[in-house]
Amino acid sequence: MQRKRTLAQQDSIVGFALILPSLIIILGISLQPIVSTLYLSVFEIQRGINAQQTFVGLGNYAALLSDPVFWLTIRRTLYFTIVSVGLELVLGLAIAQLIHSHPPGWQFLRTSLIIPWAVPTIVNGTMWRWIYNADYGALNGILFQLGLIEKYIPWLTKPDVAMNLVILADIWHSVPFIALILQAALATLPADLEEAAAVDGANALQRFWLIRLPLLRPAILVALIIRTVEAFRAFDIIYVITNGGPANSTVTISFLTYLETFSFGHVGRGSALSFLISVFTLIMAFIYIRMLYRPEEKL
Amino acid sequence: MKKTLRLVLRSILVLLVLMFIYLPVAWLVISSTSTRSELLSTPIHWIPQQPTFQNYINILSPAQGTSEVAKTFRITLWNSLLVAASVTVIALVFGSLASYALIRLRFPFRQPMLIGILATRMIPEISLVIPLYLFATRFGLFNSPAILIITYLSFALPFAIWLMAAFFDTIPVELEDAARIDGCNRLETLWRIILPISAPGLVSTGLFVFLTAWDEFFFALILTSTVSAKTVPVAIAEFTGRYVVDVGGMMTGGVLAAIPPVLLSLIFQRYIVSGLTAGAVKG
Repeated sequence: MQRKRTLAQQDSIVGFALILPSLIIILGISLQPIVSTLYLSVFEIQRGINAQQTFVGLGNYAALLSDPVFWLTIRRTLYFTIVSVGLELVLGLAIAQLIHSHPPGWQFLRTSLIIPWAVPTIVNGTMWRWIYNADYGALNGILFQLGLIEKYIPWLTKPDVAMNLVILADIWHSVPFIALILQAALATLPADLEEAAAVDGANALQRFWLIRLPLLRPAILVALIIRTVEAFRAFDIIYVITNGGPANSTVTISFLTYLETFSFGHVGRGSALSFLISVFTLIMAFIYIRMLYRPEEKL
Repeated sequence: MKKTLRLVLRSILVLLVLMFIYLPVAWLVISSTSTRSELLSTPIHWIPQQPTFQNYINILSPAQGTSEVAKTFRITLWNSLLVAASVTVIALVFGSLASYALIRLRFPFRQPMLIGILATRMIPEISLVIPLYLFATRFGLFNSPAILIITYLSFALPFAIWLMAAFFDTIPVELEDAARIDGCNRLETLWRIILPISAPGLVSTGLFVFLTAWDEFFFALILTSTVSAKTVPVAIAEFTGRYVVDVGGMMTGGVLAAIPPVLLSLIFQRYIVSGLTAGAVKG
């Protein structure tokens, strides 16, 4: 008994010692900035020579919520998130299924998927921007030579097209991530269930909907949440392909926060936006963790 | 007959996906080896008539490259390497110690801490950047590799803890119990028993942290201003935004920035797929 307690005490001390450096770093560069952002968000802050700080309470939040630009940005962000994640999930699942059926070249395909995933986001964006180029781009080149367009089109100057082209670039980068996760999950599924269902007369579609999809549900949900959080905060790829244009048609919530804070110098307003993004992300994180660790499971 | 049809159909689908993957990459590489006049020609020269590696020589050999693009890429590639490598080492050391404690040792607030760390992994950079920017300018860290290393730990460290935790979870406790009976204390067990068998987990985690740090753009955009700290993604983005631009040089920078992560991922393919699974789905 005596010995047991000293072991437990030893564990506690060693445990805290091992975790302390990480805890300090995380508190200092993640938690503190979020609290600090909340604090800044209740001020109106002028930067520059006449730097001053006026307490406005929830004024910044009230101004945001009554600003049509804010709601337009939210709508755009939701469009980007839902369309890109939705398409990525469908395509990723399709490719995972394709690999799982082991057609000729499936191993090469699986290896190839790593490439778009590994290409840095900025390189990906630059590559697509060059492909979309109005005067010399490969997209115009192909469409023109195939006779599908009569003259070159300045794609990225069209507000209704630009966002979808950013989504296409995002799909190229992110579908492999989902496909790789889902094909790994597929490989671990027991085959006997589907075989038994086939014997009982279930057709391929029924087997997919009623057996495979429910078994894949945890992996799909995880991929979905991770991608949703990523898409919701998309910045890099938009910055490099359209820089928010044309006519603000690709400004999403992260981009608006960046513009307000670092281009217009509205630090208080930017902080309010930034804090709203934190709240949304923490809610998603909470759902994610609840899903990963069911109550009956011990950590 | 039906079987053959299915095989043909699947092969076509494989081919289509491969084209979607490789055509953009091929165009990136072709553009990097084309001369300026060929890049700006209509109709497009899909295969360059006079392929050239001059852009690569300009960036890679200091004696040759005197153009602004070449110089910038040379320096920023080095900055990226310095920052990503430092972040990887720090995150691996502190992250594996912390995750070992969180998974194996019993102590107060263990579970809330683990959940808190998992949550911080998902916090976007935009949520942290304003105070970090104010901090950097106040303490003279603005535009230094140090501020990038510090701020990158905000995502690298929770990520490393998370991945290593999934990995430690798979190591049987019996191994440690055996070592304890042989008279090792916790730290000796960690050093002699756990660390050697954790090599695959450390490689996988190190790889992911390095790739994420190499890819990082937003903090670098906000917290640096000159080549003394700028990283490669920032350099590429800046050149992209200009009107008159050396497209070939830019594409070459892109290829060079993509080579380290792509090669590492292909070499350590096995770790990537298992890491994605461990990081996303509980291991």
